Order: sequence, then C-alpha cells, then structure tokens
Amino acid sequence: MNTSVEIAGVKFKNPVMTASGTFGSGMEYSDFVDLNRLGAVVTKGVANIPWEGNPVPRVAEVYGGMLNAIGLQNPGVEVFAERDLKFLEGYDTKVIVNVCGKTVEDYLEVVERLGDEKRVDMLEINVSCPNVKEGAIAFGQKADALFDITEKIKKVARQPVIMKLSPNVTSIAEMAKAAEAAGADAISLINTITGMKIDIYKKKFVLANKTGGMSGPAIKPVAVRMVYEASHAVNIPVIGMGGIATAEDAIEFIMAGATAVAVGAMNFHNPYATIEVVEGIEKYMQEQGVEDINQLRKIL
Amino acid sequence: MSKKMKCEAKVQSQELLADGIYDLRLQVPFAGDVVPGQFVGVFPLNKATLLPRPISICEVDRENSVIRLVYRVVGSGTAEFALYQPGDYMLVLGPLGNGFPLEAAAGKRAVVIGGGIGVPPLLETAKRLSAMKGSKAPEKVSAVMGYRNSDTFLDDEFANFSELYVATEDGSLGTKGNVIDAMKEQNVPCDVIFACGPMPMLKGIKAYAAENGIKAYLSLEERMACGVGACLGCICKTKNVDEHSHVKNARICTDGPVFDADDLDM
Repeated sequence: MNTSVEIAGVKFKNPVMTASGTFGSGMEYSDFVDLNRLGAVVTKGVANIPWEGNPVPRVAEVYGGMLNAIGLQNPGVEVFAERDLKFLEGYDTKVIVNVCGKTVEDYLEVVERLGDEKRVDMLEINVSCPNVKEGAIAFGQKADALFDITEKIKKVARQPVIMKLSPNVTSIAEMAKAAEAAGADAISLINTITGMKIDIYKKKFVLANKTGGMSGPAIKPVAVRMVYEASHAVNIPVIGMGGIATAEDAIEFIMAGATAVAVGAMNFHNPYATIEVVEGIEKYMQEQGVEDINQLRKIL
Repeated sequence: MSKKMKCEAKVQSQELLADGIYDLRLQVPFAGDVVPGQFVGVFPLNKATLLPRPISICEVDRENSVIRLVYRVVGSGTAEFALYQPGDYMLVLGPLGNGFPLEAAAGKRAVVIGGGIGVPPLLETAKRLSAMKGSKAPEKVSAVMGYRNSDTFLDDEFANFSELYVATEDGSLGTKGNVIDAMKEQNVPCDVIFACGPMPMLKGIKAYAAENGIKAYLSLEERMACGVGACLGCICKTKNVDEHSHVKNARICTDGPVFDADDLDM
C-alpha cells in the first residue's frame, strides 16, 4: 500500500500536513504527536522582521468553527531559522515554510534568506491572510497582482513554491490559473473565510480587529468545492485544507482533486487529529482495497 | 514541566457553590503533576463547539488523582458542563500553563488575592504555601478575597490555610469595596502577592505593589484557542521583548498565565 505523494519533486511519506498558523513549528504539539509520522509540518507565517500582530481578543468561537485575527505575529526569519528550523532538523518529515510580507520586497527577502536552508523543503507563500491591512491578501485577491508576485518570487526561490490562495475571491479558478501561469509549483487552499462576530450585550465586535478569518468544520463544504474548481482549472498539484477533522474529510479533498491535505483549526480541538487522519486514511485504503493513495485523487 | 495530554476525565462530584458558580471534581491521570495556578481546557461535547474552555485548577487531591474546578457558567459551553453528573466523562486538556512561583514566598509574608471567578486557583496556592516547611516556608500566609456581594464561595475554605480578609462591592460582607480597599483598611502585612481576577483588579494590584515595594505575581485571562502556545491567540503585552515571540507579546497559555507584574505592560 502506498500512501506517499509527490509535489514538485518533493516526496511526502503521506499526504497529511499541518495548516500554517495552527501548529507553530511543531514544537508545541510534539507532546501530543510524533512529528515523524506527518507528511509535512507547515510552519506559522514568517516575515523578514518580527511582527507584533493584532490586539486581543484575537480569537472567538463561532458555530462549527472559530474566527481568528492573530495578524501574523512572528519572530522574524532570523530567529525562525536559528530556532524553529534547528528544532525541525531532528525530525524525519518534510518542512514547508509559510512566508508573509507587507511588500513584495519583504517576501523576496524571506525567500532569499531561506534559499540556503537545507531543512526547508518547500515554501508556501501567504497571499491570503485576511487579518493584516498591508500586503498578504492585497496580493491574493486580484489575478494580475497574484501573477506578478508569484513570478517575482519564483525568480529568487531556491525551493519549490506553493501559492496559498484566499477563498475571498469571485473566481478561485481564475486565481489558480494566474498562479500556475506565473510559474507556481503548487497551490494550497483555502485560507480562512473573512467573518465577523458581534457581542449584542456589550454592543461590540468580539474581535479587536472587527473581522477575522473563519476556520473549522463549518467551512469544509466551501473548501471542498474550491479545491474541486481549482484542481480542475490547473495542472499543478493542489494542497487542500479547510475544516478537515477526520480521514473521511481528508479523502473528500483528495477525491475533489487535492494531492495533499492539511489539518488546521481541528488541532485545537483534537491535538492528535493529524495522526488520526494519517491512520484513518490507511484504514480506509485497506478496507476499500486501494493500493495507492494517488488512485483516489481527482476521481470526480 | 509535565507532558500535556487530552484525556477523558471521570466526574466525581458536582455541586452548586453560589449563584452560577459550580464545584466540579474530576479524576484525571495528570493530577499529581499539577502546580497551583495551572489550568485545564475543558471541551464541551456539543459538536458545534471547537475550542477548549480554559478553567483554573482550584484544588488537587493527589492521592485520588482528582482535580477540583470551580467555574462560572458564562455561555453555552460552561452551561453544558453544569449538567454533568458523577460517573459521566468529560474531555480535558492539561495540565496547562506555568503556575505560581511558590518559592518566591520563602520567609516572606505572602498574600493570595482573588477576585470573583479569579478566587479558585488561589485555594491550592494558599494550601501549598501553608504546607511549606523550613526555609521554604512563608513567614505568614494571608488571603484577601473579593466578591460582588455576600453570595461568596470558597472564602470559608481559605480560613483553613491563611488569615482571611473579605471585600464585597456592596459592603454586605467584610470591607466595602475591592481587594485593595481591604488590604489598606485591614493593614494586611505583605511582602509578596499571588493574584488572580479581573483586569482592573490586577492593574490595581500592580500599582499597589509598585507603590509599596511588594513583589506581585498576576494570573491573567484571555480568550484562548489552542491552549498550548501554538496559535498565538491569547497574548498579553510585555514590558520587554519576549524570549519566545521576539516582540513585546507573551503567550498567556504557556508563558503564563502567571506573570511577574514587573514584566507586564498593562
């Protein structure tokens, strides 16, 4: 039985990854999960310099999920390389580093800085965070802006590049095509869906940022639909995410067209979720007589 | 620090302590590792919910591997918890956070201060402080507990481990006013403070401690998601650049919930 998948020449032992921002760099979850069993650890977004992020409250629960407006707080790429990448050196899993920035130059600086880091197998470019005012999503909501930044990043990147797409667009297929046309090696989707929650007794927004990105099981049908549309619009691999809680959810994404999947907000509910998805996929394959995970991809 | 886990917890007992305040005892495998000031994340079984509810640990019974949670019903999650009966199972993530540095009380006059639903974690704190022996033992342990009115909870239990002072907002019991008013009115002897309660109270304690040359350790509360330091949802502002974040933010769930008041930018 084969559970390994390949994206842009990088071979993953299984298709299960962590969604950026929900797993730190794996350190915090290593009490719960053997990181060696994951297809990849996708790290929290990192910028060229430390970012403070947004004021609190940064998180709120909503029906079937949550809102977050962390604002991409991060320690900057130097600390990340020295501490987080060093920590990950001890593990037999692939490492995908999520990169964020306010300007194109910010992104390029991080991408160049990580070019020589052996522990970085791939880069995921965050052009879809809804919680920062400058950069990020500004590059991810217009096809021409996405094309432009993807092309520039591809010119300097030494590792394969995944563009992480926002669901907050009119046509996900158009965005996927723009990323592919600019040379992206893969795309990942969906980032969170912009939402809002109001406390009617305090007569205030629950989040200090007013809006936040929605994640969790409630967004899964939206994510599956978008992964289906994107993967049928392009030929590059798609990494699917959005509300994945179980192996059944993950297999839905794979059938919709995803080569790999990521578990995000569910880590907060079930810190063992990633491993349970890995084991559940194996069990499904055994029961259904599936020899190779790649046979399940895009069957619809 | 002990390893964190998410596990089933068997309900030993549950009773109503005061209006909307419940007293829940749970059997958990990690009870023996808990230090006072730590908390657990409790998951509602309602499938529409995602996140653990952070609840401080009020007391530990190591022998029977039981932790005691005293919590207020504030929403649908805690309303569900209030329905649990002995023999039921709940899902718990823990032990979380750092806890109070009891060693800071050695040879000192220690005061535990709680306000409202911030009172519970100080009980185990007072209990352990009063049990410390030799050079580690505090010279004296006092407790100052603040409530809205005379519908108080746990105050009688503090009397077992400390000299107890009570403040109520409406003046129906003890000093009329807040915990600082009680400290001043009763002239509570104090070198070091361990406190938990609403933000205005903690700000007041920080100022009072600074004015009087007192060391203060404050337990903070914030809306949390993961509870284990990964999501960066529950940060507080710090005076200096934090070692983990490299900005002036510390994670309440893992770097705290207890902080040295001098390190906080409140």
